[in-house]
Amino acid sequence: MVQAVAQVPDDAAQPLLQMRGIIKEFSGVRALDGVDLALSAGQVLSLCGENGSGKSTLMKVLSGIYPSGEYQGEIWLDGALYQVNNIKQAEQAGIAIIHQELALIKELTILENLFLGDEISQFGVLNHAAMYSRAEQMLARVGLTISPDTPLVELGVGQQQLVEIAKALAKNARILILDEPTSSLTESETDVLLAIVEQLKEQGVSCVYISHKLNEVLAISDVVCVIRDGLHIGTREAQGLTQDDIITMMVGRELTELFPYEEHDIGDTVLSVAHASAWHGSNRHIKLVDDVSFELRAGEILGVSGLVGAGRTELMQCLFGSYPSRYELELTLDGQPLVIKSPSDALTKGIAMVPEDRKRHGIVPVMSVGSNITLAGLASFGNWLGQLNEAKEHAAIDEAIARLRVKTASADLAIRSLSGGNQQKAILAKCLLLNPKILILDEPTRGIDVGAKYEIYKLMFELVKQGVAIIMVSSELPEVLGISDRVLVMHEGKLKGNLINDNLTQEQVMECALRSTTEKQ
Amino acid sequence: MMQSMISRLKAINLQTLVMAGAIVAIAIFFSIATEGDYLTARNVSNLLRQTAITGILAIGMVFVIVSAEIDLSVGSMMGLLGGVAAILDVWYGWPLPLTILATLAAGLLLGAWNGWWVAYRKVPSFIVTLAGMLAFRGILIGLTGGTTVAPTSEAMGIIGQSYLSSTLGWLIGCGCLLLLFGTTFRGRQQRLQHGLSAKPLPQTLIGLAVAMAALVTLLYVLNDYRGVPTPVLILAGLMVLLAFVANKTAFGRRVYAVGGNLEASRLSGLRVERIKLAVFALNGLMVAVAALILSSRLGAGSPSAGTIAELDAIAACVIGGTSLAGGVGTVFGAVLGALIMASLDNGMSMLDVPTYWQYIVKGSILLLAVWMDVASKAKR
Repeated sequence: MVQAVAQVPDDAAQPLLQMRGIIKEFSGVRALDGVDLALSAGQVLSLCGENGSGKSTLMKVLSGIYPSGEYQGEIWLDGALYQVNNIKQAEQAGIAIIHQELALIKELTILENLFLGDEISQFGVLNHAAMYSRAEQMLARVGLTISPDTPLVELGVGQQQLVEIAKALAKNARILILDEPTSSLTESETDVLLAIVEQLKEQGVSCVYISHKLNEVLAISDVVCVIRDGLHIGTREAQGLTQDDIITMMVGRELTELFPYEEHDIGDTVLSVAHASAWHGSNRHIKLVDDVSFELRAGEILGVSGLVGAGRTELMQCLFGSYPSRYELELTLDGQPLVIKSPSDALTKGIAMVPEDRKRHGIVPVMSVGSNITLAGLASFGNWLGQLNEAKEHAAIDEAIARLRVKTASADLAIRSLSGGNQQKAILAKCLLLNPKILILDEPTRGIDVGAKYEIYKLMFELVKQGVAIIMVSSELPEVLGISDRVLVMHEGKLKGNLINDNLTQEQVMECALRSTTEKQ
Repeated sequence: MMQSMISRLKAINLQTLVMAGAIVAIAIFFSIATEGDYLTARNVSNLLRQTAITGILAIGMVFVIVSAEIDLSVGSMMGLLGGVAAILDVWYGWPLPLTILATLAAGLLLGAWNGWWVAYRKVPSFIVTLAGMLAFRGILIGLTGGTTVAPTSEAMGIIGQSYLSSTLGWLIGCGCLLLLFGTTFRGRQQRLQHGLSAKPLPQTLIGLAVAMAALVTLLYVLNDYRGVPTPVLILAGLMVLLAFVANKTAFGRRVYAVGGNLEASRLSGLRVERIKLAVFALNGLMVAVAALILSSRLGAGSPSAGTIAELDAIAACVIGGTSLAGGVGTVFGAVLGALIMASLDNGMSMLDVPTYWQYIVKGSILLLAVWMDVASKAKR
């Protein structure tokens, strides 16, 4: 036991939090197999690991989602045994978790959200003034200077996250668990968040930080703890650690390169898009996509870069026929004019898309992995009666699962039980079953682990070698630059650059987007 | 090996087993309470006949609920369609086949009407069918002038009141068994041909033997009274046909997908509006079949026929494991749900339980069934 403590590099004597030998099983499968973790006051610990490695499970143990007794091992907080049965008790003990999906109510104001369940009132009548001044103090602590009466919908995701942190701090949180907090933040929003974490640290608030973005991990943490397959692989001081070190610990093998670029031939133009425009759903004067024209060639990976809100997803929805409001564009496929009114049109013309929001638009959660894979291509398994040839279908499913290396115990398992990376692979399999000529990937690697990312890149190269044209929308510049042959840069709905990726740098792409902004001003 | 077999059986059929257990428990309870009258051939025959209408409504409803919609207009629609059938038969003296065709067509149309508003006009199905519930009943009262349309022709009586001769019963039974054997082994063959693993042969044979025993027992009992009631044959036929549609066809799969995640289905190229329209139209068709049986059994079209039948149908689906959130549910489960409801009705009537108590018990059973389902899912 003493040794476990000594393992952790820390100058303070007694760690604030110690988790020892945590074991958690789900119907016989060990999700956590004796994990140790120690955290001192004012320390930031980053928890790294591939999806499905057990990070989230460990944090659910810590935050009381799995009550004490449902796991083995002990947790010590401030020298006392920490045993809680629910999130509320964990919060009272000073441990608060901020989830990827925000637990705020969009229809309410900031103030109403902050005091939800803890309203200040006399005889049931709300005391708005008291809550207002209290709310202002709470917001100040996370650097927000907006009125607490602002409706939450008017806030960006980054600000909403800060509101949630403020809420947690108000409950005297000493340990803050941030689960993938920056996955949907822009770069400037990320900077703000990291600065706040830095400030909190000085106030003695500790933080467990979960992220797939290793540059953030290295920038912010004091120690890095890596988990793989439920095992505690190691805890190291962040100083002197490199991204490659962490990746090696996470995947257990040396990844020679993050982006396995492979040479491939680029053919003729397959698709040209002219004058694409899309209008905002409720405000007809706002154009989310503004007169964008570009061409796509066979065997090409076309990266589409830009900040959140640049109109990239909307542009892809126009191409795929799934944009929900008014839009217009002229499409030419293989020299023939093309009209696409719905995703079903697009798919029959050989255009497939992996949507950005996996949970909402990608999977049918209650259906099996296999049924999800064949959903788009069902017609090819039916006879004239519409009767499915199950044997043929299962053979196709097994082949797809093997080809994309979807890790699942059975094709009959509900897809929601898979990790994000494997769900994403299944959605890709669904598209590939249609043998598309053009594949649109909207944020294909968001929130999935390094190993799965690597496999998806490999697959993309395999496809372009067969002559498939790929459009990849991504917010991660290194990925865009590491994979694409050409990069479209979008900003505020306009196409700002169409750059051949010949050793293109992040600075060049950022400048391309930003230069246009300054020009406008 | 044995263990894995048991666990697999459990996973797939837990809900079915629980329901079958419930039916057996109910049967035992009522047989004791009625001193054996409950399990006489006559009463079993009656019980199954009682199940027919709710069962057929539940079959249509299960598609609607699986697609994450609801249809509250079923009761009124059944009343209206039954009224139309009676009017054609009694007032206009149409021949039976024509009456049947017209009623089915009307059912398809009314269902499609509901579906069109839901799918293409984006009005929530709760509202569309609530409107239908009122409007259809209104039309029925208007058409009949508020009076009962009776008596229906002798031919009309065939649908709801006749029985199959015991020879015909056995013939159909044997046909079903042959079909079951044929499809089972063909499916096995196909799987093996594609190099997939199939269930071990003994397990398949045991399954078939159980099905055969059940069918033979049922036929024996029913033939002991008057034979297989025609409505029960219709229910069984529709159950098999629509279970096939739900499980073995592209359309069925798409209905589950639409209910499981509408947007993902749309983005997978499914024409979700068309599918929803088809689901409501199919439900309308089932209502028409139930309406024909109802009018035939009553021997009349009544302005109040079918009142709150939609609630029985929804309850049957829910007891049968259908999730109101969509994407989950089976045809077989819905029919078993209808059988449970009918068993309670039948048993309590035999015991002369006052009507008010019957309502209370049925309500409690519905609540209990869903609670058990929710609780067992929360544990997993």
